[in-house]
Amino acid sequence: MKKKLIGLVLSMAMVGGLLAGCGSSTSASAPAEEAVEAEAETGETGAEAEAEAPAAETTEASAIKVGVIYVGDENEGYTESHMKGIQEMKEALGLTDEQVIEKTNIPEDESCFDAAADLAEQGCQIVFANSFGHEDYMIRAAEEYPDVQFCHATGYQAAMTGLENMHNYFTAIYEARYVSGVVAGLKLNEMIDGGQITAEQAKIGYVGAYPYAEVISGFTSFFLGARSVCPTATMEVQYTNSWFDIAKEGETAKKLIADNCVLISQHADSTGAPAACEEEGVPCVGYNIDMIPTAPNTALTSPTNNWGPYYTYAVKSVIDGTPIDTDWSQGLADGSCLITDLNEAVIAEGTAEKVAEVEEAIKSGSLHVFDTTTFTVDGSSLEDYIAAHADEFAEGGAYAFMDTHVSDGYFHESEPTSAPAFAMIIDGITSVTQEN
Amino acid sequence: MSKQNNTSGRTVIHMEKRNSISRKKAWTIRLTAVLLSLIVCAIVIVAITKQNPLQVYAGIIQGAVGSKRRIWVTVRETVILLVIAVGLVPAFRMRFWNIGAEGQILMGGAASAALMIYLGNKLPLPVALILIIAVSAVAGMLWGIIPAFFKAYFNTNETLFTLMMNYVATQIINFLICIWENPKGSNTVGVINSKTKGGWFPKVFGSEYGLSVLIVLVVTVLITMYMNYSKHGYELAVVGESTETARYAGINVKNVIIRTMCLSGAVCGLAGALIVSGASHTISTSTAGGRGFTAIIVAWMSGSIQIATQFGLNENASDIITGILLFFLIGCEFFVNYKLSVYKEKEA
Repeated sequence: MKKKLIGLVLSMAMVGGLLAGCGSSTSASAPAEEAVEAEAETGETGAEAEAEAPAAETTEASAIKVGVIYVGDENEGYTESHMKGIQEMKEALGLTDEQVIEKTNIPEDESCFDAAADLAEQGCQIVFANSFGHEDYMIRAAEEYPDVQFCHATGYQAAMTGLENMHNYFTAIYEARYVSGVVAGLKLNEMIDGGQITAEQAKIGYVGAYPYAEVISGFTSFFLGARSVCPTATMEVQYTNSWFDIAKEGETAKKLIADNCVLISQHADSTGAPAACEEEGVPCVGYNIDMIPTAPNTALTSPTNNWGPYYTYAVKSVIDGTPIDTDWSQGLADGSCLITDLNEAVIAEGTAEKVAEVEEAIKSGSLHVFDTTTFTVDGSSLEDYIAAHADEFAEGGAYAFMDTHVSDGYFHESEPTSAPAFAMIIDGITSVTQEN
Repeated sequence: MSKQNNTSGRTVIHMEKRNSISRKKAWTIRLTAVLLSLIVCAIVIVAITKQNPLQVYAGIIQGAVGSKRRIWVTVRETVILLVIAVGLVPAFRMRFWNIGAEGQILMGGAASAALMIYLGNKLPLPVALILIIAVSAVAGMLWGIIPAFFKAYFNTNETLFTLMMNYVATQIINFLICIWENPKGSNTVGVINSKTKGGWFPKVFGSEYGLSVLIVLVVTVLITMYMNYSKHGYELAVVGESTETARYAGINVKNVIIRTMCLSGAVCGLAGALIVSGASHTISTSTAGGRGFTAIIVAWMSGSIQIATQFGLNENASDIITGILLFFLIGCEFFVNYKLSVYKEKEA
């Protein structure tokens, strides 16, 4: 409050100054502007020449410049994992610190466009952005700077824009979530066998960020993993409407526990939920980072992204002058996603063996996470549900994206588009926004 | 006690309000403040980061004006802050503490977002733009009239009232996001009309922000004239000095309060249109971004982000530097308005 008042007093006090300052700057800026314009033009042609070179032949790794836009900073798990990926790319390709410009705490608004354009003008040949809401601004930048490659994580529009320099990428994190779900399911089984809960009480609580495909796909794969070993499992999802809110995530976890959930998982980026679980003594599965330091007595494991392989691939493509996939998604097979160390103190017996077996099955393609025989929507199979609601899909309703993904008895998550697309609430899961 | 007095005498600081101060002296004080703050910042920079402070300052300047785009971004942020400050001037001159600029901006922004979504692609651009500017000003005006009405007729506390109106506006925006969100569930509206650019400010002076600059300059000139050369401007200044005097002079105080807040709210609402249609092309609860409160701080932001990236500092480090600068700038206004004299009290 005080700060705000000061701000007001200040703006009042400064009005005079601003008036004077602004008047003089506009009159003085005309010639200066022209000079800058001329400079920018020459700069542009320079950049063009540079950008054309890699398309035709290879570029020296030492001539490349990489720009990265992060929604958070190293204090936030999701961005931290991206930073590690960039670091890994730097080491793999032998880039120096000067060759990578990182911008942190860029909100999902006009500032993202400003940042992307600024990076392009600083001579970056490739620019990454890591948050869903950055996408529209990255597309605008891609239109404006056709010689620079723009890569956006978690987005879904690159292919639709038809721009050659706009790309989407996302790991097949649903595979790691499925595996972490198996870990959770085995824990539930242990609790049932130990008489702590009955089979019917095996209810999982899930702290989700926002009610859209990325989160829905995530919790569905987690739930399917859990139910594959614990058939009576059910799940309740509650949303925080924020990617990072320690207090709210903790509160939501406690609310779920009060609602008789006996195991908690999350798709939000803080340690709030595991900390609450440690307090309440409820086992939990985290996200992004190893939660064992936060919850030594309750954390089982966390599914996590490893962005190193993608960043290395994308930057190397620019160096080699090869095109970058419009939609890129890799999972367990090439190490782009994984689960963190299992917490021996908490996991059920035999977990490590089962995890190895499931991981192998996913990698070999013998197990499909979204196998349509393993779940139902409104009592019918996914195929039947889509057929029965064909009108909705034709109109481009809420699930317009989904029908193109289903074939051969499973939902091809992250295949046609890199962004998660599974956006239906399956039977067994209750979600507060279900009626929408 | 008396013995002590005999030996030393007490040091007394006497504070006196200045009746007038020469322009030169006022600016000397401000410049000194800036210099002092830079020196303190330099000490902090060296202590925390072991960086050369001169390089960091060069980084700030680079970040603000280092390229044509950066200059435009700085200009954009500055003019938006300017127009908000200009909008607040009449209310504050009247001693009506309008803390509600934030809400007035949001309502203006919501109005222009609505017009862009529902009519942006249907109307010819000039018509759409005129409508956007007019309707957003009206929306901000409405948000300003409500507290002014209650102040005029029921003498409510306008500080609290306008502050509370901000929260109502934020919740209205949240509600609108539920309707407009794209894609569904993401809690963001995304860029409105990103393909057709319907309702976007066109390029003027070779920049998409040129029109905003033009509008702000016009508004600034008009408000300055209104404040200094019109009867209205004089009346509101009298009301600000003393409502009793105003009443005695036959000024209708109620009318002046409502009229002035209409103007103040309308300019803030217009700022909302400049932000939404002229720059971000989206709406969120952070659209106003605290600009209504801290109109100046944001102007430094484009510079401070640059320091953070260039020197691998945490965002927070650049916030500290900004904070120190602002502390000195605010602090110096005290010395502009008050004269301090230090002397030893003579023995009684």
